[in-house]
Amino acid sequence: MNILVCAKQVPDTTEIKIDPVTNTLIRDGVPAILNPYDGYALEAAARLKDKDPEVKIVVVTMGPEAAKAVSKECLAIAADKAYLVSGRSFAGSDTLATSYILYNAVKEIEKVEGKFDFIFCGKQAIDGDTAQVGPEMAEWLGYGQITNGLECEMNGDKLEVLKEGADGNLVLSIKAPAVVTFTKPSFDPRFPTIKRKMAANKAVIEVLGDGFNPDMDDAKIGLKGSPTFVRKSFTPPVAAGGEILKAETPEDVVKLLVGKLTESHVI
Amino acid sequence: MDFRNDEMHEELLAVYKDFAEKAVAPLAAELDEQERFPEELIPTMAEMGLMGIAFPEEYGGMGMDELSYVQCVEEISKKCASTGVTLSGHASLCCWPIFHFGTEEQKAKYLPDLLAGKKLGAFGLTEANAGTDAAGQKTVAEDMGDYYLVNGSKMFITNAAYADIFIVMAMTDKSQGTKGISAFIMEKGMEGFSVGKKEHKMGIRGSNTCELIFENVKVPKENLLGKLGKGFALAMQTLDGGRIGIAAQALGIAEGALDVTVEYVKQRVQFGKPIAAFQNTQFELAQMKANTDAAKMLVYRAANALDNGEPYSILAAEAKLFAARNASDVTRRCLQLYGGYGYTREYPIERMMRDAKITEIYEGTSEVQMMVVGGSMIR
Repeated sequence: MNILVCAKQVPDTTEIKIDPVTNTLIRDGVPAILNPYDGYALEAAARLKDKDPEVKIVVVTMGPEAAKAVSKECLAIAADKAYLVSGRSFAGSDTLATSYILYNAVKEIEKVEGKFDFIFCGKQAIDGDTAQVGPEMAEWLGYGQITNGLECEMNGDKLEVLKEGADGNLVLSIKAPAVVTFTKPSFDPRFPTIKRKMAANKAVIEVLGDGFNPDMDDAKIGLKGSPTFVRKSFTPPVAAGGEILKAETPEDVVKLLVGKLTESHVI
Repeated sequence: MDFRNDEMHEELLAVYKDFAEKAVAPLAAELDEQERFPEELIPTMAEMGLMGIAFPEEYGGMGMDELSYVQCVEEISKKCASTGVTLSGHASLCCWPIFHFGTEEQKAKYLPDLLAGKKLGAFGLTEANAGTDAAGQKTVAEDMGDYYLVNGSKMFITNAAYADIFIVMAMTDKSQGTKGISAFIMEKGMEGFSVGKKEHKMGIRGSNTCELIFENVKVPKENLLGKLGKGFALAMQTLDGGRIGIAAQALGIAEGALDVTVEYVKQRVQFGKPIAAFQNTQFELAQMKANTDAAKMLVYRAANALDNGEPYSILAAEAKLFAARNASDVTRRCLQLYGGYGYTREYPIERMMRDAKITEIYEGTSEVQMMVVGGSMIR
């Protein structure tokens, strides 16, 4: 089985400070890290590989040359091979242009690595927080998709994904080829090993540069291929944390609910 | 002379830091409170390759050097000194003597599992009446022809109840004094070999420290480690290297204390401003930082000497003497900056202060380190 994991390099937002004068993020000197959600996607792939050593994990990253650090980190954790999509013509791409470039990269990489059964992405990147690139890739590819996956396992020819939902979790099955995006699971992703770290340090990261795919439509990439216009950015109000009540029977849940509501003087 | 890490050391340091922060730090207070061995961390450390960093790949090690190992002990000890010494006791005191003094058969038999972290190692020299005076060994190994019959006990043994492989010193010829001591590789489960009382300690309470008891243990002849009668020299050489590990632990404790204290003094407001703004706070921090950086240079220098094949016994003793005293001094002074809150278990600094003290005692007290250094100066 062939899995492609999309991994992005992002600024470590826990280290970000706000400029007190301009009220904007100070990005200088902020360490760049592997987008944590992409780390969860890689862990999901690694867990499939734990069960089936035949699984091949390929990582693709789009970004400047420095983003190779993320490719190497993925190799040190679990990936077998890594590609970097990097070119001046890709700069300024919004999510639509990015997903189009990545779609083309998938087609290009498949010429070498063979067809990917599944494409795993983080549900979103912690810098832009759009959660659009994964689903858009699925659309370009014409694949089915599951978003907000927590964990997954193969069941016959289907991938069973535990999906996080607002009203509780769901188990969904999907056949290859498909795109799955992942969110934070209940377990911690594995650490890189020393051996893999040393091998990753020496690994050559294949670069897909400007015009890597001659069929790619220049009008759909970079700044000119990006219809997104940012009018304003703001912090949305935080939704109040709800509570899911669980009990053996519906009657017990109702009792629990009535107890809670009485306790807080709602009824 | 280059005081910077090369790229590989720097990258592995990042791996150690990440592990210490995400996996070790959240457990540190609980391990201390419950006097619980960091059992759940061992499989992760094993998987990552941390149990055999500075050993050749042919035996299942990572093929890195002493410096990288020392940096691992340091990073882990910044967050949890108990986990730091668990690693140091395993690698420096059990894996190292087998690697250096073992026969090819012994290395092939024991090192792969030890270095892969499938088995944990320990070292037994100290006895109830043989501490600094290690020559006063009462444990005996009698040559019975086909095997050695071992009787006696060991005290204050790190990792004891969780270890699988033990390096044990015993008298093979009482009439020869220290030249009558030999080293043996012993395994958990040997008939007559048991783990005795667990010590309840002031600090490093997550580190497992117990007594070892030998009652007519039949140890196969091929388990003699090194030459007959050379066990004392083997133990002393092992401790020379072990001291670099403990010095690294002490260094980590001091650095960890400074890390949390710097954060605390920036938050704590008295007289209308963060106490970090007061000159006394800054002067205290500055002095502690300078001393800790000096300790770091000594520790890294000793590790570097070992890596370069230079004599390192004196350097290791200097590093341990200085880093251990500094750890006690820094944690005590940091606690003072915390004031009353620092004396409570709400904050990690009191644990760090309790943990620091042992580094001045085990694997050779500070006085022993001074004997080593001072003795070498007047020879």
